[in-house]
Amino acid sequence: MTEEIIIAGFGGQGVLSMGKILAYSGVMQNQEVTWMPSYGPEMRGGTANVTVIVSDERISSPIVHQYDTAIILNQQSMDKFEKTVKTGGILLFDPNGITHPPKRTDIKIFAIDGVEEATRMGNPKTFNMIVLGAYLKIKPVVKTENVEKGLRKSLPERHHKLIPMNIDAIKLGMEKVKEFSL
Amino acid sequence: MGELKLMKGNEAIAEAAMRCGCDGYFGYPITPQSEIMETLMLAKPWETTGMVVLQAESEVASINMLYGGASCGKKVMTSSSSPGISLMLEGISYLAGAELPCLIVNVVRGGPGLGTIQPSQADYFQTTKGGGHGDYQVIALAPASVQEMNDFVGLGFDLAFKYRIPSLILTDGVIGQMMEKVIVAESKPRWTDAEIKKISGTWATTGKTKDRERHVITSLNLESEKQEIHNHHLQAKYREIEVNEVRFEEFQTKDAEYLYVAYGSSARICQKSVQLARAKGIKVGLLRPITVWPYPTVRLSELANQVKGMLAVEMSAGQMVYDVRLAANGKIPVSHFGRYGGVIPSPDEVLVAMEKFIKEGK
Repeated sequence: MTEEIIIAGFGGQGVLSMGKILAYSGVMQNQEVTWMPSYGPEMRGGTANVTVIVSDERISSPIVHQYDTAIILNQQSMDKFEKTVKTGGILLFDPNGITHPPKRTDIKIFAIDGVEEATRMGNPKTFNMIVLGAYLKIKPVVKTENVEKGLRKSLPERHHKLIPMNIDAIKLGMEKVKEFSL
Repeated sequence: MGELKLMKGNEAIAEAAMRCGCDGYFGYPITPQSEIMETLMLAKPWETTGMVVLQAESEVASINMLYGGASCGKKVMTSSSSPGISLMLEGISYLAGAELPCLIVNVVRGGPGLGTIQPSQADYFQTTKGGGHGDYQVIALAPASVQEMNDFVGLGFDLAFKYRIPSLILTDGVIGQMMEKVIVAESKPRWTDAEIKKISGTWATTGKTKDRERHVITSLNLESEKQEIHNHHLQAKYREIEVNEVRFEEFQTKDAEYLYVAYGSSARICQKSVQLARAKGIKVGLLRPITVWPYPTVRLSELANQVKGMLAVEMSAGQMVYDVRLAANGKIPVSHFGRYGGVIPSPDEVLVAMEKFIKEGK
């Protein structure tokens, strides 16, 4: 199994940390991982993206230009990455702020109201975990228990009290994700 | 076995430095390698191992601090990215001339000039063909994974002290910024004064005692005959390194009819291209130089008797390809494919380049 994922959105949305948690979760189940961020002159409000590869085998190129899954969290990223999903691949997006929804018919498209659900949960910071949950529902590349282990490993101890809330957010994402029809 | 961690390449360099008993890091921030000093500053090794971490006022100051530390037989290092390394070249030439062991890390970005902060491999000439003035070489290691970023810090220091020569890790923004699994080494303590005297006591400025002459560290020699003798000595050392220290890795070369030659992140991309080519029935292999100086000339020359052509893939306009051509020595066609200025080629376009090369034979 090799899963090549791009996660793309605004800086400050937790795009990079979402990728990092996914990568850590892969490590927790003895898989090979690479995490390659875009590191341009990004800033809060600018665009940010990260390529994560999780595989059972040694990973050759950490750079790919076509993906099994694209997780898209703003319109600029939609414009840039909708076309990079492999035929038969998956596109997951949050409709919030998307003015031109995806149009491709040769891929599977899913939507998660991440921003809305996070606001409802009373903590906008859980947004990226809700989206991660949605993704893991569609493609369970890592087990939730390993995500928890990954969180434990990647977060400094003073933040460990936030882990249950993050797990709740992941579960919420799993519940709320839905197939998007054109 | 050491601990398993998930780290950025830059972080791995810093962690490995602390664990291998490095005495001092001197540097100046520049993207895409600033995490090296950031990691060191956060870890505060001066409180544990006693390692000095200092943000100098410039790259020129950093490299001259290295000269001072190395003169005392200490394990010292610096890191920078392309424009910063350009500023250091005078100092690197002096370090080479004075035969001082040290470690320099270049996380290459696109040039020329201030260029871009995105990854590039356009500092190959600068690294392997001098860069600074005079007839000198540095041992240049080109990691292709975060694990190798970790491993080559210790290896770089070992080689530097074995031959009294600067070692340089030639990497780029991809490997520096990427996170992968790393098994970090067990921590080694820094050398004691007694150990430094044992290892480098014949030349280092460890404090003059009555039973020996002064140790003078200099690259200046106003008598040209003596300077020529010094150059002969340096050249003999370089020939010895060329015999003993060539490192490379081969991937699917056994039955290969065509060969990619690529180092660092380009080698990772080519590895995927080899898989894509093999899936289409094209017998392609990859030779990855791990040391870009000394270069795996002998092995490439042998492979030139086996394969029908070699394609050098670099994130430059074509630099390493000259060394491939020298090794092939006209026996087979050699060509180059590159994206540059900070653009990273995809495995697919590298495969397209190979298919074009096979078809056109040039």
